Amino acid sequence: MALAPPLLRLRGIGMRFGDLIANDGIDLDVAAGEIVALLGENGAGKTTLMNILFGHYVADAGEIAIADEAGRLAPLTQGSPQAALAAGIGMVHQHFALAHNLSGLENIMLGTVPLFGLRLPRREVRARLKQLIAETGLAVDLDTPVRALSVGERQRIEILKALSRRARVLVLDEPTAVLAPLDAEHLFGAIRTLAARGLAVIFISHKLSEVLALAHRIVVLRHGRKVADLPAEGADRETLARHMIGHALERPEPTAPRAGPPVLELQGVTCGTGRDRLRDATLTLRGGEIVGIAGVSGNGQRGLAGILSGLERRESGRVLICGEPAGATARQMVARGVGRLTEDRHHDGIAGDLTVAENLILERTRSPQVQRHGLLRRRAIRAEAEAAIRAFDVRCPGPDAPIRLLSGGNIQKLLLARALHGHPRLILANQPTRGLDIGATGEVHRRLQEAAAGGAGVLLISEDLDELLALAHRIAVLHAGHLTPAIETARLDVQTIGLAMAGHAAGAFAPIEAAAS
Amino acid sequence: MMEALEIIGQASFWAAAIRIAAPLIFGVLGALICERAGVLNLGIEGIFVAGAMTGWLTVSMGGDLWLGVAVAALVGAALGLLHGVFTVILGLSQHVTGLSITLLATSTAYFGYRVAFPSVTTPPVIEPFAPLNPAWLSAIPILGPALGQQTALVWLAFLCVAVTAFVLSRTPLGLALRAVGDNPAAVEAQGLSVTGLRMGALAAGSALMALGGAFLTLSAFNSFFFGMINGRGWVCIALTVFASWQPGKALLGALLFGAFDAYQVRLQTLAGSVVPTQIFLMLPYLLSILALVLAARRADYPRALMKPYIKGER
Amino acid sequence: MTTLRLRMEPRPSPSALLMLGVPVLSALAALLLALVILTVTGAPLGQAVPLLVSGAAGSLFAVTETLTRATPLIFTGLAAAVAFRARLWNIGGEGQLYAGALAAVAVGGGAISAPPYLLVPLVMLAGAAAGALLLLGPVLLKTRLAVDEVVTTLLLNFVMLLFVQMMLEGPMQDPMGMGWPQSAPMVDEAALPKLVAQMRLHAGLILALAAAALVHVLIRRTALGLEMRAVGGNAAAARFAGISVPGTLIITGLFSGALAGLAGASEVAGLKGYLTTDLSPGFGYAGIVVAMLAQLNALAVVPAAIFIAAVFVGADSMSRTLAISNYFADLVVALALMCTLAGSLFLRYRLRLMRTPA
Repeated sequence: MALAPPLLRLRGIGMRFGDLIANDGIDLDVAAGEIVALLGENGAGKTTLMNILFGHYVADAGEIAIADEAGRLAPLTQGSPQAALAAGIGMVHQHFALAHNLSGLENIMLGTVPLFGLRLPRREVRARLKQLIAETGLAVDLDTPVRALSVGERQRIEILKALSRRARVLVLDEPTAVLAPLDAEHLFGAIRTLAARGLAVIFISHKLSEVLALAHRIVVLRHGRKVADLPAEGADRETLARHMIGHALERPEPTAPRAGPPVLELQGVTCGTGRDRLRDATLTLRGGEIVGIAGVSGNGQRGLAGILSGLERRESGRVLICGEPAGATARQMVARGVGRLTEDRHHDGIAGDLTVAENLILERTRSPQVQRHGLLRRRAIRAEAEAAIRAFDVRCPGPDAPIRLLSGGNIQKLLLARALHGHPRLILANQPTRGLDIGATGEVHRRLQEAAAGGAGVLLISEDLDELLALAHRIAVLHAGHLTPAIETARLDVQTIGLAMAGHAAGAFAPIEAAAS
Repeated sequence: MMEALEIIGQASFWAAAIRIAAPLIFGVLGALICERAGVLNLGIEGIFVAGAMTGWLTVSMGGDLWLGVAVAALVGAALGLLHGVFTVILGLSQHVTGLSITLLATSTAYFGYRVAFPSVTTPPVIEPFAPLNPAWLSAIPILGPALGQQTALVWLAFLCVAVTAFVLSRTPLGLALRAVGDNPAAVEAQGLSVTGLRMGALAAGSALMALGGAFLTLSAFNSFFFGMINGRGWVCIALTVFASWQPGKALLGALLFGAFDAYQVRLQTLAGSVVPTQIFLMLPYLLSILALVLAARRADYPRALMKPYIKGER
Repeated sequence: MTTLRLRMEPRPSPSALLMLGVPVLSALAALLLALVILTVTGAPLGQAVPLLVSGAAGSLFAVTETLTRATPLIFTGLAAAVAFRARLWNIGGEGQLYAGALAAVAVGGGAISAPPYLLVPLVMLAGAAAGALLLLGPVLLKTRLAVDEVVTTLLLNFVMLLFVQMMLEGPMQDPMGMGWPQSAPMVDEAALPKLVAQMRLHAGLILALAAAALVHVLIRRTALGLEMRAVGGNAAAARFAGISVPGTLIITGLFSGALAGLAGASEVAGLKGYLTTDLSPGFGYAGIVVAMLAQLNALAVVPAAIFIAAVFVGADSMSRTLAISNYFADLVVALALMCTLAGSLFLRYRLRLMRTPA
C-alpha cells in the first residue's frame, strides 16, 4: 500500500483563524483504494483540513495536488468547491448537504446536469443511479423527498451523489455519529467495497474502535499538527489515544449506585410527535443512581427530554418527580428540583448575545435571588456568576462577556453550573458531552457522578455507548419510541445494546415472556 | 341585492379585476422567486415605486413604451442586486435591508421626480399601452370581452407566470433555486454558487416587481403621482404566503384579490351613501391580512428563508 | 505571486469607541452621499450646505424647531428599539402614532372637562393605550397563529390612516372646521405646556426624554428586559429556560405600541392642537431608522432622533430658499439606514486583508 503512488497529496497545509492555529504544516498522502482514517479530538483540525481540501477555505500556506488521468500529480486550485469536485473529490459532510424539499434523485441531479439546461434528464440519471446502487449495495428510494428519509438513507444519497460525480477521493466526516451500530456496520461494508474498486477514502473520526476496524492507515491530528501516521495493522487503542490526546486515555471510574427513594417515575408515558414520539414509556430512577438511555437520536429522545424539561405535554401516562406529579412548564420543573441540560447548546441552551452572567440566571429571572421588585440585583448576579465561573472552571473573559465568545466546552460548563444550581434532585443530561473535547468531557462526567453521589438521580441520554457503559448504573434503550426496561450495566455488552438500538431486543433486554418460552 | 350579484356577470367587472390583479401578479411572482431562493425582499414596495417612476419617466421623455418597461426592469434588477450585496454577500438583516431599500427607492423616485419637474402641479401624461383585443377572444362570453380590454403588459404577466412555473419545476435552474432556499450547503456542495443563485433570483424577482410598478404608470394609468403604490407591495408579500410560493396559486391569489377589489369598488357605488368610502378602501388591506391568517397555519416557508449563508460555516 | 483577499473575522466585543464611532460615521456618510446626489442634480452646494446647517441649528428658533421635530422621533425610535430587541418586527409605528393621536383628541377635544393635571395625563394615557391596542392584534396573530407581523403591521398603517380619515370626515369632524377633514381642537386644559416662550417646543420633549430613560432601565436593568433580550437573542433558549415567549412578546408589543401612540398624542397635545391626516410625515418609519442608528440602545435613540430631526428641519429650510425638494430629507434618512446597516458589519466583524499565495 505505502509504495503505491499517491492519488492525493497535501503538503504543508497551514490555516489560522485569528489567534487559533487550526492547521499547522500538515502533510497527507492518500493512494487509490486506500482507506485513511483521520483521527483526532474535536478541534484538532480535521474538519478544517477537509474544508480546505474541498475548497470551502483557502489555506494560509501549503499545496494540494491530485493525480490526473495519467497519474501525474497536478496542483489543485484552492478555495473552489467546483475545482475540487471537478478533480474528483467528493465529500460527505457530518451535516448532510441535502435539500429537504427535493428528492434524492433531484439532489443528485443538482450538480450533474448543466445549470442552464432546458430540461431535467430524470430518466437517464435514474438509470445511471440504479446501476450504481446495484454495484455498491447502497439501496435507497430515489423519489421520496429527503425530508421523509431516515438518517441512514440520507447518508446513502450523499455517497451516491459523490460517486455519481465520478469521485476518486471520498471524504466522510464523522459518518457514524448519527448511525446505530448495525447501520454503521453496513456503511463499513459499503466503504470496503468502494475501496476495493479503487476509491480512495478519507474517514474522519474520533472513535478509536471504528478507526481500527475500518482503516488501512491512521493519521492522527492534535492541536492542528500531524502527530502520527501509521498502518492500522498492529496499532492499538492505547497508542492511538496517547497520540490523540497527548496522554493515556482516562476513563471515568464507575461508581456504586446508592439507591435512594425514587426521584423520577414514568408510568406509561406517551408524548411528542413524529420521529421523536415517546410511546408508553415506563421507568423508575432512584436518587444516587445514573440511568443511561441508549439509542440513536430521533427514536423518542426528544419526547423523553421534552417531558422532563417541561416543554412537552404528555398525552397519557403519569410522570412523578420525587413522588409528586411533574410540572407542566419548564419553570415548574425547575421549581420541582429538575436540573436540565439540553442536547443542543447553541440551539436552545444559550442566547449568544447575552452575557455569561445573564445566561447563568436565565432559568430564574423571577426568583428573589435575581430580582427585587422587577429590578435585577446586578451585584448579586455578578457575584453568583463569578463564583460559578470559578467553581466550574469556565474559561471566559468575565461574567459580562457575551457568551458566544466561549468555546463549546466552556459553554457546557456554564450550562452545567446553571442546571446544578440549587442541588436538583433529578438531572436530565441530554447528550451532555456531544462535540466536547476530552478535557471538558471528563469535567462533565465528574460533575454528574458527584451529583449522583450527593443523592441526585441522573438520567443520561447519550448516543455514545462508551460513555453510557462507563457512567451508567443501569441502561435502557430507546428504539422507535419504545423504551426497554433499564438493565444493570454489568449484565450488558456493546452487542446487546447495539441490537436493541436497532430494534432487536434480545439477551438481557429480551421481553420476559419471550425469555420464559 | 340583485344588483350586487349581477356585477359578477359583467365583463367590465372582470376586466377591472384582471387590471387590478396584473401588477400584483408581477409582484407576487417577483417575491416568490426571491423567497424560493431564501431571501425576503421587503424592498418590494420601493421597487414598485421606482419601476412606476422610471418606466413613466422614460416614456414621457420620448422613449418607446417597451423601452420604458425595459428601463423599469433594469432599475428593479439593480435595486435587487443592491439588496443582495447587503443580505447575500454581507449577510445583513433581510428585514432591515428590505425596508431601507423601500425607503431609498421611494425617496429617490420622489426626489428625482421633483428634480425633473420642479414645480408642476399636474405631471405630464403619456400615451399608455392600448388594449390588444385579438379577434378570436370575442367568441368567449364575459371573459372574452374582459380580456379584450387588456394590454400587452397583462399578457406579459400571464406569460411570466407560465415561464416561472416552468423554470421552477422543470429545469435544472429551478431545481437549484428551490434547493438554495432550503439548504444552501447542498447547492455549494454540488459546486454551484449560492451567492450567484441568490443574486440572480433577487435581480430577476426585483425586475418583475418593478414591472408591476411600471404596469401602473404605463398601462393602468397614464402618469406618475405620489402615493400611487399605496401598499401594493406589502399586499404582494402577504399573497406570496397565501400562494404557498407557487406561481399557479400566485396567479389565482392575485386574480381573487383583484376580483374582490373590483367588487368592492362597484359595491361602493351601490352602497356609497350609507357606508363611508374609507371602509371600502380598507378592504384590500384587511383582505390581505385575512389571506395571511388563512395561510399561516399551513404555510411551509422555505427552510433557509432569512438565514444568511456564509461559506464554510454551518 | 500573491493575491489579496478580504476576510471577515468575528470581533469579540466592540470597543466603546467603535460603538459610538460607527453610527456617527454612518450618519456622516449618509449626509455626504446625499450631498453628492445633490451636486449631481446641479444644486449649488455652496449655498445648500450652509442653509441646511443654519436651518437645523443656526438660531434659537432653529434649535427649538429641531427639538420639536425630534420629540415624536424619540417616541417612535423607542417603539422600534423596544420591539426589535425582542425581535418583534413592529413596522406599524406610523399607524400606532395615528391611533394615539386619535385617542388623544377623542379624550382631549372637549369630551371630558378636567383640570390640566388630570386631563394631560389622561390624554397621554389614552394615546398610549390606543397605540398598544393597535399592535396587540398583530402580536396575538403572531403568537397564536404564527402570522408574520411585518406584513400585518405594515398593512395596518394604511388601514389606520383610512380609519382616521373616516373619523375626521365623520363623527369626529370639527363642526367649526368649515368641512375640512380635521378634528375639533384640543381644549386648553389638555395641551402640553410650551417650554420656550414664542417657540413651538413643548413639554412632549420632556416626556420623550423620560421615556428614553425609563426604556433604558427597562431593557438593561429589569428582569422583564432580560427576558425580552433573551427572547430576541434566541427564542428557543428562552423557552427552554422557562421564559414565556408569547407572554414576553405580548408585553413587548404593548410597550412598543404605547410608545408609538405617545408620539401621536404628544404631537396633537403639544404641537398641532388638533388632528389632521397629515400629522406625521412618516415619523413611524423614520423611527425605525432612528432605532437602527442608535443600535437599539434606548439612550442613544435621543441623539439619533435629533440628528434625523435636524436633517428634516434643515432640508425644509433649504427647500424654502433654494428650489430643492424637501424629499431630500427622506433621501438622507434612507441613506442613513443603509449606511448604519453596512456599518453594523464593522461592529460584529473585523475585516482583514490577507496575503495568500495563489
